[in-house]
Amino acid sequence: MTRRSWAWHLLMVVILVVLLYPVGWLVSASFKPAEEVLTGLSLLPSHPTGDNYTQVFGGVAGYSVWHYFANSVVISVGAVVGNVISCSLAAYAFARLHFRGRGPMFGFMLSTIMLPQHVVLIPQYVIFQKLGMVDTFWPLVLPKFLATDAFFVFLMVQFIRALPGELDEAATIDGCGPVRTFRYVIAPLLRPALITTAIFTFIWTWNDFFSQLIYLNDPGRFTLPLALQIFVDQTSQSAFGPMFAMSVLALLPIGLFFFAFQRYLVEGVATSGLKG
Amino acid sequence: MTQAVLDRPGGSVKPARPVPRRRRAGQGTGYLFLSPWLIGVLVLTIGPMIASLYLSFTDYDLFDAPHWVGFDNYVTMFTRDDRFWHATGVTARYVGLSVPLKLGLALAVAMLLNRAHRGAGLYRSAFYAPSLLGASVSLALVWRAMFSTGGTADRVLAAFGLGTGGWVDRPQFALLTVVALAVWQFGAPMVIFLAGLKQIPKELYEAAELDGAGPVRRFRSVTLPMLSPVLLFNLVLETIHAFQSFTGAFVVSSGRGGPSDSTLLYTLYLYQRGFTDFRMGFASAMAWVLLVVIGVLTALLFRGSRRWVFYAGEGR
Repeated sequence: MTRRSWAWHLLMVVILVVLLYPVGWLVSASFKPAEEVLTGLSLLPSHPTGDNYTQVFGGVAGYSVWHYFANSVVISVGAVVGNVISCSLAAYAFARLHFRGRGPMFGFMLSTIMLPQHVVLIPQYVIFQKLGMVDTFWPLVLPKFLATDAFFVFLMVQFIRALPGELDEAATIDGCGPVRTFRYVIAPLLRPALITTAIFTFIWTWNDFFSQLIYLNDPGRFTLPLALQIFVDQTSQSAFGPMFAMSVLALLPIGLFFFAFQRYLVEGVATSGLKG
Repeated sequence: MTQAVLDRPGGSVKPARPVPRRRRAGQGTGYLFLSPWLIGVLVLTIGPMIASLYLSFTDYDLFDAPHWVGFDNYVTMFTRDDRFWHATGVTARYVGLSVPLKLGLALAVAMLLNRAHRGAGLYRSAFYAPSLLGASVSLALVWRAMFSTGGTADRVLAAFGLGTGGWVDRPQFALLTVVALAVWQFGAPMVIFLAGLKQIPKELYEAAELDGAGPVRRFRSVTLPMLSPVLLFNLVLETIHAFQSFTGAFVVSSGRGGPSDSTLLYTLYLYQRGFTDFRMGFASAMAWVLLVVIGVLTALLFRGSRRWVFYAGEGR
């Protein structure tokens, strides 16, 4: 039995090393001098250097890396606030309130989870263009305040449905209308679902590339993923070092979120099938 | 709810009366809570869906008014546009390779983790991490560098006498790097498989063992049928997801889908037609074709699943 246990651990460690090799490679490359970046197989830089980071802090395409970092933070935090508010409001309505058309609307909401965004992409672009919002953060944040991430609405509906109805009734007896019931009874109990929503919204928005690529043109408004992509196409091979330093900075918040919330993340996937 | 009305101190003698009044009050509040979603669904989903269907029958460059052309976009796409068919083929290959590989690996590792050794939770979290990182531009850049000429993969393979050169620079290999990036993110379906495996009653395995079933037989006759609903869920989700894959191929090929269009995924071609060529009508038509293809494929997966998905408690 113990020998089998050893074999099992050995296999797990092998998988782990293979899986995490690219991440280790990235971190190591960011500390390597230019001539060593692409060719070195070793994870330990032979001459570790902070030059790549100095160069990135100094400026990429005219702005310090912190500028892009801040842009990414603003968009991601805006998206989190939007999703938490709008999705919880919609979820409470679907799960607890009675109104005409609830069933069909709920069904439609579910079907939009599977809708490829390409189908609405171009008209949405036209709308935001007409509103003069192209090349601002609005097209990336505003939709989140309108509960367009239907998946999170569904997640919270499931969560609210699992809460005992007696709680609502007790609040009603105490004279609470739906608004105060939501504010003082449902919302506090919904916290785990709100946290899951917040974490995943942050990570997905932070990593998002497609929407940002389409809506942002001015380098001053670039986010980290955009700056990275532009950077790599503008520079020669010798600048790969700084690019990887920037990549590490771009992954840092996700790494921190992962270490802080890994239980929430993994449980969220296990129980609700979030695609991660 | 009626009970609550009855119990209310000083409630009226006829308890039926307050109910409809409160229902009516609930109507307004329901819509009030739903209003952000309602606005969103009308302005950002239903409206745009109708508009993009209309645009797909027009010539539209974003600056001049759309010009009605009937089925021209669709006809051009299906009969005269080689790149469209090429992109469809690339996408089919990408989906056909990445989804089975990813799910196979996810299931295999989930079964290993299900053996409940110490530290399984830790490994589970660690294996899940790539699913969070892999969607980023950063990791796609790592892939591009590792699979470039003279890069890590090239040198490791050369050491084994397999001089393939840089994968990202070679049409026959470039798509495989994008597939590898997708398969690397097997952690999310693995976590879902693992949750499903934990639901399978131990007694079933014990009974099978008593009947003399070996590991292979136990896998085929207990694990697979009991896990089949989860397998269907993962299969549908990953397939839909794979069809819309974009970032990896875009970054690895600098947005061009090269070399020789070998990484030109459907979404990448759609992006090029829409946002570099400004053929918005054509791009809308492509989006609707994508929607129909995904819809039909999902329906087929569900239909076909009747033959292999087993729902415990349905008594089949």
